[in-house]
Amino acid sequence: MTIPQSQKIGRPLMKLIRLRGWPILQQLHIEEQLLRTSSENWCIINDGTRKPTIVMGVSGKPAELLEIKPVLHDQVPVIKRFTGGGTVIVDSGTIFVTFICNKDAVPDLQPYPRPIMSWSSLIYNEVFQGTGNFHLRENDYVFGNLKFGGNAQSITKGRWIHHTSFLWDYEIRNMAYLKLPSRAPEYRSARDHLEFICRMKDYISRSDFIDRTIRTLGTHFSVEPEELEAIQSVPSTKFSPSSRLLATQEIESALFKVESPKSLACSLSP
Amino acid sequence: MAARMLWASRAAGYLRISVPHRGFATVLKDLKYCDSHEWAKVEGSSATVGITDHAQDHLGDVVYVELPEVGASVTQGEGFGAVESVKATSDINSPVSGKVVEVNEELSNSPGLINSSPYEQGWIIKVDISDAGQLNNLMDADKYSKFCEEEDAKH
Repeated sequence: MTIPQSQKIGRPLMKLIRLRGWPILQQLHIEEQLLRTSSENWCIINDGTRKPTIVMGVSGKPAELLEIKPVLHDQVPVIKRFTGGGTVIVDSGTIFVTFICNKDAVPDLQPYPRPIMSWSSLIYNEVFQGTGNFHLRENDYVFGNLKFGGNAQSITKGRWIHHTSFLWDYEIRNMAYLKLPSRAPEYRSARDHLEFICRMKDYISRSDFIDRTIRTLGTHFSVEPEELEAIQSVPSTKFSPSSRLLATQEIESALFKVESPKSLACSLSP
Repeated sequence: MAARMLWASRAAGYLRISVPHRGFATVLKDLKYCDSHEWAKVEGSSATVGITDHAQDHLGDVVYVELPEVGASVTQGEGFGAVESVKATSDINSPVSGKVVEVNEELSNSPGLINSSPYEQGWIIKVDISDAGQLNNLMDADKYSKFCEEEDAKH
């Protein structure tokens, strides 16, 4: 996929890293490192992650968001990431696309959540042109009223990251690990997971989606491929990532929080 | 309409509030401001710090605040915590350098105080200032109002 040289003039540079099956925790660490220590614009595309993993936002509470017993029983890893937003379960059917930009990379874009979210929807409007009934609905990407892409961001003084997990495919049984969140978009209308989401693969192939995304980016940025090794070979000694895997004890203590009000009620009842 | 505007500007002057001509954000006259939209209320060698009305308005409903530990050091212009709103975490940068002596624990239960009362109940940290000279790097209310107007006009 090459962009003619003539089209590259005048557009800011964006480095593109393409991964396949990369562990999501490592992806998050790379992203946070690039956000905090790089001065360049980046796009990271990770085509699937091998192990099914639950990923919560920065303020996520396991007791409120997860079905703790099956999570513990099935030893599903739970990560708390550095960006805001909700909880997802990701696996090999998830495609991750991340933009990391300097605040002046996009002309006239204010570095706040809603403008960045709107800008991202313009990009994906182009990607999905002629495919499904795509829009940004509240803060989700949907076909009609079915969600297929969840977004999250982090904004620093001079830079921002916007990353998306796209449900190209998913396992029904994995959705059972997640509770209906108390903070849900209005358009969800209390639908449970399986009635609320859809599979991207019913609309577009994996390779088509990734190719179209790169092509669309190329009309806004001068995109240059970069190898992950080039970043990893320059460790940043000042930086320590905040995304982390929750320890089993943390998840077990969440089970106690869920169960103790119930045992109190039992002990008080006649 | 003109009489109401005159009344409003007189009331604003009495209350030490400066309301920008075109924007809706409130700016308080006695505070100092930095270009990442935090404010500092300096009292002797201490400062109370928060984010401005302009910032909270642009961020949306705050649902979570990441607070530093008491005793942590803060550096002018650098991040010390974050707020979560919409689906984003946004860094909060300190307008002063020094040591955190108090954090607003109320924000853990009521993060929305940052939206409803950004200059009063939504204060975030109190700092013992280590370098008073750095206060000269901050904007006064008029400069900050103008800064916000210019920033919003660009977009």
